Amino acid sequence: MTTTDGAPPTQPVPVIVDEPRIIDDGPRRRPRFTREGLTDMVSAFLTGAAGAGIVRTALGWHGYLGTGIWWYIIFLVAYYLLQRDGASTEVGLDRVVTVVIWSAGVLVVAVLAWMLIFLVVRGAPRLSPGFFTHDMSKTGPLDPGGGVRAAIVGSAEQVGLATVVVVPLAILTAVYLHELKGRWSTLVRFAVNALAGVPSIVAGLIVYTVWVVGGHGPSGAAGSAALAILMLPFVTRSAEEVLRTVPDPLREASLALGSPQWRVVVQVVLPTALAGLTTSAILGVALGIGETAPLILTTSYSNATVTNPFHGPQSSLAYFVYTYVLEPSKTQNQRGYSALLVLVILVLVLFVLARYIGGRSRRKLRRSR
Amino acid sequence: MTGVFQSVAVADEQPFSPRSVPTRADRAFRVVSTTAAMISLLIVVLTLVFLVDKSRPAYRQSGVIGFFTKSTWVPGSGKFGVLGLAENTMLISLVALCVGVPMSIGMAVFINEYAPNRVRQVITSAIDLLAALPSLLFGIWGKVALEGSITKMAAWLNGHLSVLPFLRLVSGHAAKGVLTGSTFQAGIVVGIMIIPLVTSVSRDVMAQVPREQCEGALALGGTRWGMVRDVILPFGRSGIVGGVLLGMGRALGETIAIYLIVSEVVAVNTHVLTTGSGSIASWIVTNFDGTSPLGRAGLIAAGLTLFLITFFVNVVAQFVVKRTGRFS
Repeated sequence: MTTTDGAPPTQPVPVIVDEPRIIDDGPRRRPRFTREGLTDMVSAFLTGAAGAGIVRTALGWHGYLGTGIWWYIIFLVAYYLLQRDGASTEVGLDRVVTVVIWSAGVLVVAVLAWMLIFLVVRGAPRLSPGFFTHDMSKTGPLDPGGGVRAAIVGSAEQVGLATVVVVPLAILTAVYLHELKGRWSTLVRFAVNALAGVPSIVAGLIVYTVWVVGGHGPSGAAGSAALAILMLPFVTRSAEEVLRTVPDPLREASLALGSPQWRVVVQVVLPTALAGLTTSAILGVALGIGETAPLILTTSYSNATVTNPFHGPQSSLAYFVYTYVLEPSKTQNQRGYSALLVLVILVLVLFVLARYIGGRSRRKLRRSR
Repeated sequence: MTGVFQSVAVADEQPFSPRSVPTRADRAFRVVSTTAAMISLLIVVLTLVFLVDKSRPAYRQSGVIGFFTKSTWVPGSGKFGVLGLAENTMLISLVALCVGVPMSIGMAVFINEYAPNRVRQVITSAIDLLAALPSLLFGIWGKVALEGSITKMAAWLNGHLSVLPFLRLVSGHAAKGVLTGSTFQAGIVVGIMIIPLVTSVSRDVMAQVPREQCEGALALGGTRWGMVRDVILPFGRSGIVGGVLLGMGRALGETIAIYLIVSEVVAVNTHVLTTGSGSIASWIVTNFDGTSPLGRAGLIAAGLTLFLITFFVNVVAQFVVKRTGRFS
């Protein structure tokens, strides 16, 4: 006896089914890219080219951008129509969206590559060892030569000072938020988030108002204060995220062994999270080193190398770039580009370092679970 | 029966709680980390207090209502009005959102659903890197490298869509000089700058969609886009809206990129393709040097305005994101 679909017997009747045919391979994934799909894509591409070309000649366009945009639009429409005829509306839509999303991904990577190549082409020719060992105190603005020594010293001191203040503060705040879960957590978290939303210029403005105009004048330390205001919420938030990844059983085990909470935090939680915390600190430094707007208001600028961050105007990489990069003369704006290249390389190094440490710790945590 | 209950009640002791008796060291530890936490709180409060206090001369000169309804900036006689600046700031953010939001949502969907493993790593690295690059680079690239394309793109938009009033040029046809340093140019660059933030928030939200629902949609014969459209996007909608608002907060406060790109004007300019734009933040950078105490008060008042706008946007954004889940 066989059963038919849709009409189940009202009573449980013993059913004898045909010997089940053994399917020897598992569920098979349909290939995403068939030969027909490829043909469709190529013909849609050609249709787009033809369509855009015709419109271009008919209307007498000169630019390539408009033609390109029309090419892409016609390509999408043609591809959609071909796919719809091959399968269904839904499938056609799916394919077109897939193409659009992939092209968006390519676009983002292309923009990034464009920016980096642009910078290297402009900035690399002037980079030389001398660029790092000279400052601008003996070089006139239009003379060749000179370099970023003052700026590097300034940046290192300002960001270093800010980091020394921010990292302990941020980690303690994160501990308060996630380990102690104190009474004020909600309010503090709100404040940290609000601080994260403060525009960098406002951070600069507040230090400028309170400190610089308040009679102390511009200095590297004032810049550090503004940078610290910006870095604090960033590092706090990522540190809290890191603490969240520490498995709770670790805490419970050490509490069960009778250790007080501070020892749990200091000897168990923080060492476990060390790599993650380092990553967030490094990313905080990368953030601080690229900030410009608050420094313009707080540190002012100096051609000579200033080693004391607490007294008088001090240069920094970001300020150096800001000073030179828009100047009309080529010697000057090239100097700006080169300094920007140095800055971006620094950021890239920090970025790769953070990824490396972060990735290693994530692997370790996963293994420990 | 009652006897049994009584005996249970006697046997039921309070569980020993190690946290209820903090040692002295524990208490010190709590004090230290609480103090640290309070400092963030203090900074926010102090920022607000100082900005309000130091900006009072400007309000006194131009009147609070006048300050928000006029578009002038004459520090000498104390005539201040941020209407034009605030409007241009908003417009740049809006253009940035038009560019950045579709890209970000696309990227989030691409990373979470479409990209094969290798590609996913490339894209996430690229986006993280985009977040780490200094805004100086965005600014100078947007001004120098993008200038030609922007002119063409603006001419194209103006040629095709000049029906829309904000895409019209103020005077006549597209000439080269007229189309640079515009809201449009700044908006596109800022739009690229907010992609990492909006993408990461949207990704986090989209990753929380119960996997069974996605698989159910696919098992019912839905296409991948069908699943994204009918399951993932509706589920993550409010989170995405929150992410967009956070991106807007970032765009509103962007300073140096806008400073490098636009030619600053104080007046209201709704023609986004024509030259002349600006933001409160870049206006502060342009004008703070060597200004009189009164002019300084005016700039601080403008900064306060910016602070309040971004604060409001961020608070709303965090509220919206938090409702959808983890992003506290």
